[in-house]
Amino acid sequence: MEKMIECKNVTFKYDNEEETEVKLALDFVTLDVKKGEFLVILGRNGSGKSTIAKHMNCLLIPTSGKVFVDNLDTSDEKNTWKIRNRAGMVFQNPDNQIVATIVEEDVAFGPENLGVDPLEIRKRVDECLKKVNMYSYKKHAPHLLSGGQKQRVAIAGVLAMKPACIIFDEATAMLDPSGRKEVMKTILDLNKNNNITIVLITHYMEEAVEADRIIVMDEGKVTLTGDPRTIFSNVDMMKKIGLDVPQMTELAYELKNSGLNIKSDILTINEMVDELCQLK
Amino acid sequence: MSIKIENLTYTYMKGTPFEKKALDNVSLKIEEGEFVALIGHTGSGKSTLIQHFNGLLKCDSGKIYIDGEDITIKKMNLNHIRKKVGLVFQYAEYQLFEETVEKDIAFGPRNLGLSDDEINDKVKKAMNIVGLEYEKFKDKSPFELSGGQKRRVAIAGVVAMGPKVLILDEPTAGLDPKGRDDILFQIRELHREFKLTIILVSHSMEDVAKVAGRIIVMDNGKFIIDGKPSQVFKEVDTLESVGLAVPQVTYLVKRLREKGFEISNEVFTIEQAKREILKNLSTKRKES
Amino acid sequence: MIKDITIGQYIPGDSFVHKLDPRVKILISLIYIINLFIVNNFTGYIFISIFTFLSIYISKIHFRYIYKGLKPIFILILITALLNIFMTSGSTVIFKWSFITVYKEGLILAAFMVVRLVFLIIGTSLLTLTTSPIELTDGIEKLLKPFTKLGLPAHELAMMMTIALRFIPTLMDETDKIMKAQTARGADFENGNLVKRAKNLIPILVPLFISSFRRADELAMAMEARCYRGGEGRTRMKILKLTSSDFAASVITVFLIVVSVSSRFVKI
Repeated sequence: MEKMIECKNVTFKYDNEEETEVKLALDFVTLDVKKGEFLVILGRNGSGKSTIAKHMNCLLIPTSGKVFVDNLDTSDEKNTWKIRNRAGMVFQNPDNQIVATIVEEDVAFGPENLGVDPLEIRKRVDECLKKVNMYSYKKHAPHLLSGGQKQRVAIAGVLAMKPACIIFDEATAMLDPSGRKEVMKTILDLNKNNNITIVLITHYMEEAVEADRIIVMDEGKVTLTGDPRTIFSNVDMMKKIGLDVPQMTELAYELKNSGLNIKSDILTINEMVDELCQLK
Repeated sequence: MSIKIENLTYTYMKGTPFEKKALDNVSLKIEEGEFVALIGHTGSGKSTLIQHFNGLLKCDSGKIYIDGEDITIKKMNLNHIRKKVGLVFQYAEYQLFEETVEKDIAFGPRNLGLSDDEINDKVKKAMNIVGLEYEKFKDKSPFELSGGQKRRVAIAGVVAMGPKVLILDEPTAGLDPKGRDDILFQIRELHREFKLTIILVSHSMEDVAKVAGRIIVMDNGKFIIDGKPSQVFKEVDTLESVGLAVPQVTYLVKRLREKGFEISNEVFTIEQAKREILKNLSTKRKES
Repeated sequence: MIKDITIGQYIPGDSFVHKLDPRVKILISLIYIINLFIVNNFTGYIFISIFTFLSIYISKIHFRYIYKGLKPIFILILITALLNIFMTSGSTVIFKWSFITVYKEGLILAAFMVVRLVFLIIGTSLLTLTTSPIELTDGIEKLLKPFTKLGLPAHELAMMMTIALRFIPTLMDETDKIMKAQTARGADFENGNLVKRAKNLIPILVPLFISSFRRADELAMAMEARCYRGGEGRTRMKILKLTSSDFAASVITVFLIVVSVSSRFVKI
């Protein structure tokens, strides 16, 4: 499987004149993102997950180590704009990424920056708004939209640049549950039906259960890698790091500790129901 | 020190084409010492409602009684209401402005006209309550703290005014799981140890299940369910119809009951689920 | 609510005036305003009035919106009129009472100033009422483009205006929220003398500034992530094209100018 993004022994230290202690935001991080996969990077605040995300589109350059996006070295300035085109990013604050005063103008912003032909821009804007289900809002003012709607407009704006990969930097953290659902639905659709590589940075485990693969980070290091089932069964480790596991997984863990002969890698209600029925 | 509202109605953007009834003839009584959670979809009216409890918004019609006093009469001095009813907004850390943590927390008490000694005392107490060590944090600039710490400074700023009722609008918004747990723990302490009446506005059913003694569900400016968590979470269909969900374990128990498990349907935490399931399975084993 | 005060309120519509190219509208407005101050006789102003009221009629904008724009400056108009009436000296005395003398020239000058002010407001209102903020920004950017050769950052100015316009409602919302949060902590923004009230603004201004800087930072990152690197090589989805309507409007305006200015020289 080809690699979309490669991080090799990346260390990073923020420029902070006041800090005298050498605290690395990223401490020799090595990870890969495969083409077409839905990868979730899970970790609590300060774990380094957002920092590594910003390395994936040249917003940050490693202090040491290398990051390659589609085989392009991020530390080479010549690659910056190509990389930002290949790997788009949706940020946490829905308001602070919308530039224009109407929705369709904002979605056009990306292609306009790339010098795309006006008629082609028009086509892309309409297509992308339809893909995120916001076409009927194309003439609306952004400040009147809900958080989930604003994020979908942001996604459309990134899509319009035809990226190979989209990175979501805690893009659901400021949304209410229905907004989060809307965005997750869009993300899954883009990954499954449009073959776009997705890197989702989050601390919500209900989003992580949908992933192909999860990478858990803590204190600037990669702590665990694996598929959701394997990762979440590590209930002790996850709690120690300060993360949640799905309620069903935690329940299975508690039941097992109380002596019940039950599988520990249960993720969904259905699985739990089936397991308990078997034990009846 | 109770809060009572009678037939409250409030309309947004009156007279414009965007006019919307945010609160539709609602009545409610909250007694001293309760821990009430207010749940509802965005736009259900919960943020609007709480702004009436300290006079930030004036209703179109209806009455509001704080500690027996009708605050809807004209010429009401609202500052002494704001002393009794503290309101912490969503993303409260955005209100910080002073040079030091101590000065910012002192802003509220200072506006109430307290003496320097009283203010100092209140600031120390408030910082202690939210878990910020006085000596360590008092001279720091609020802007060099972490997100979670900033939020605690903001909460301390309201607690320092000495309210009897504390209203918190989504205090866990945007925090990671540990951050959420920490804040919820602090709020529970405020209720248990410091005997404050708490009104918690939230989206998270899981959070609310852990701490609230009473849950009020709002939709379209009306109260649709009001009761203890065990009663409220039973109403799965009603909750779903207004875009809310119940905790995962509650769904689990519903499904198990459908499959013939004789299990209580008043389960909404993992602890309860564990107990019920173990009880059920061990009885089954005893039978067989 | 603060949100209700929209700066340069735009009323969407599809009248002839709405559909004109923004560049043409901006230029016509400028010429109109200059013309207002060149003309100095009643005949000229009659022509201008006909032009103005015809424009309002064609734009299908209800006169109450124009009136709304005039309301705030009633006082200014009144003061201007009074100053001109009482402070202009001339040859023909109309009225005299102790030390107050009103000359005919004063009355005429006052009338002209009032007319000029009123039409100035009407003209600019009509522009902003029929042209959306984006169109205005686009129009200004295109008009200033030739000056880029002289070093004027036309694109950057237009981008700044667009972003400012985009964030005005958002910042108003935020100000509202901050005010409410501080009021809940006992802050008082209504009472007290001027100095006290200015000091009381600090709890609003500081958080607002800080959050605005943070916003700017995040927005810049988001713009860079979408490959923004200035005006070089940028294309636009919406292209401004001049149509026959624009030529027609321009011709009519030129006609107005000619006629009203010539009224200065030709006594009718």
